[in-house]
Amino acid sequence: MNEKLSIAIDVNGKRYERSIDPRTLLSDFLRHDLGLTGTHVGCEHGICGSCTVLLEGDPVRACLTFAAQVDGKRVETVESLAPDGKLSPLQNAFWENQGLQCGFCTPGILMSMQAFLAENPHPTRAEVREALSGNLCRCTGYHDIVDSVMAAAAAMRA
Amino acid sequence: MKPAPFAYHRADNLAHAATLLAEHGDDAKLLAGGQSLIAAMNFRLARPRVLIDISNVVERNRVTEEAAGVRISAPTVQRHAERHSAVRSRLPVLAHAIEHIAHFQIRNKGTVGGSIANADPASELPAMSLLLDAELEVTSAGGSERIAAEDLFITYMTTALQPDQVLASILFRAPPAGHGWGFHEIARRAGDFAMAGAAAVLARDANGACNYARVVLFGLAPTPVRAKAAEASLSGHALSADALATAAGLVGEVVDPETDVHVTEAYRRQVAPVLALRALTDAARGAGALS
Repeated sequence: MNEKLSIAIDVNGKRYERSIDPRTLLSDFLRHDLGLTGTHVGCEHGICGSCTVLLEGDPVRACLTFAAQVDGKRVETVESLAPDGKLSPLQNAFWENQGLQCGFCTPGILMSMQAFLAENPHPTRAEVREALSGNLCRCTGYHDIVDSVMAAAAAMRA
Repeated sequence: MKPAPFAYHRADNLAHAATLLAEHGDDAKLLAGGQSLIAAMNFRLARPRVLIDISNVVERNRVTEEAAGVRISAPTVQRHAERHSAVRSRLPVLAHAIEHIAHFQIRNKGTVGGSIANADPASELPAMSLLLDAELEVTSAGGSERIAAEDLFITYMTTALQPDQVLASILFRAPPAGHGWGFHEIARRAGDFAMAGAAAVLARDANGACNYARVVLFGLAPTPVRAKAAEASLSGHALSADALATAAGLVGEVVDPETDVHVTEAYRRQVAPVLALRALTDAARGAGALS
């Protein structure tokens, strides 16, 4: 029952090999085993979206994924957006438009929007709101977040 | 909010999963996308002693067009199915319904077969399997069998699948050419579980008479249900607004809702025919009627 499992995962372009308990959630693996605390843990049942990371390029809930399932795969976390400490266009748009608010939900929103904007570089505000529906902000108000995503889309098209 | 310990086995393919299931018996659960199972495990509402991981089997994301419709391998992620050209062209109602499942982040991992086998009465894919006369291919260490979707759902979260059986693929049958479809659900917020929903498919013959009708309700009974009385009332008749209203009025016979934290039983009884009429009206228009 408590047998350890060896896994190798590519996170943000770096390969990590670890021995884990099979019940380790990907969110806990990233935070505790790898020290990548940018991935936040909110509800732990897939509702709030703050733990969203990219798995093979697609946004998924790290809290509804076992690290064991990701063996041999590629994961990107919020830390991948600014590898040299320089904000990405998406991050910069959030900074300029007050899109962070308290900042707790931001890493998940950034990872969701990173994938959304790659697929839809010319979104309408309505499409942005729909795309944001899987990420909850409890500061109240998505207005600045929508502004941030629209500004990011414009900056990324330029 | 952390899962209880379990033994982990990774299946290379579905036959391997069936062998592992036979070996571990009732202690084992299949882990596909895990978007319902892992949430239940985090709450410790589910504490399987053994997990057999089928999320990376070779059969994943196989969508193939057949004469009768589109076959989707059970471990196909919902987002893959939703975007597949064969699904969008031959089963537009299915693509539309999948878009209503939670959020794209969940659909990137949740599977078509997992949702059907989970048999949540409020979820979209079990309802679609009824609407599209689906046939399920099921495999076990003893061999394969085929089960009609109509025979699959027993009650809440309970199917006719045996503990040693693995759902391998689902054949969603394409309705007749020229059919129209409708799909309506009510949820408080985009992506939430539906409090109630209805879907319909209609087709007409050369004289404009209805020669194909399917009406399915979900979130309104312990399983998704077909409203056969409503279907029969339309058969052979012109798809007039009156005929559709009469049909929608007949769905109450199969509705058996409950009160929960979201809405009351009475509310669900009231919206069932309303949603059915919206779905039927869209379907009739799509089939060229009501113009």
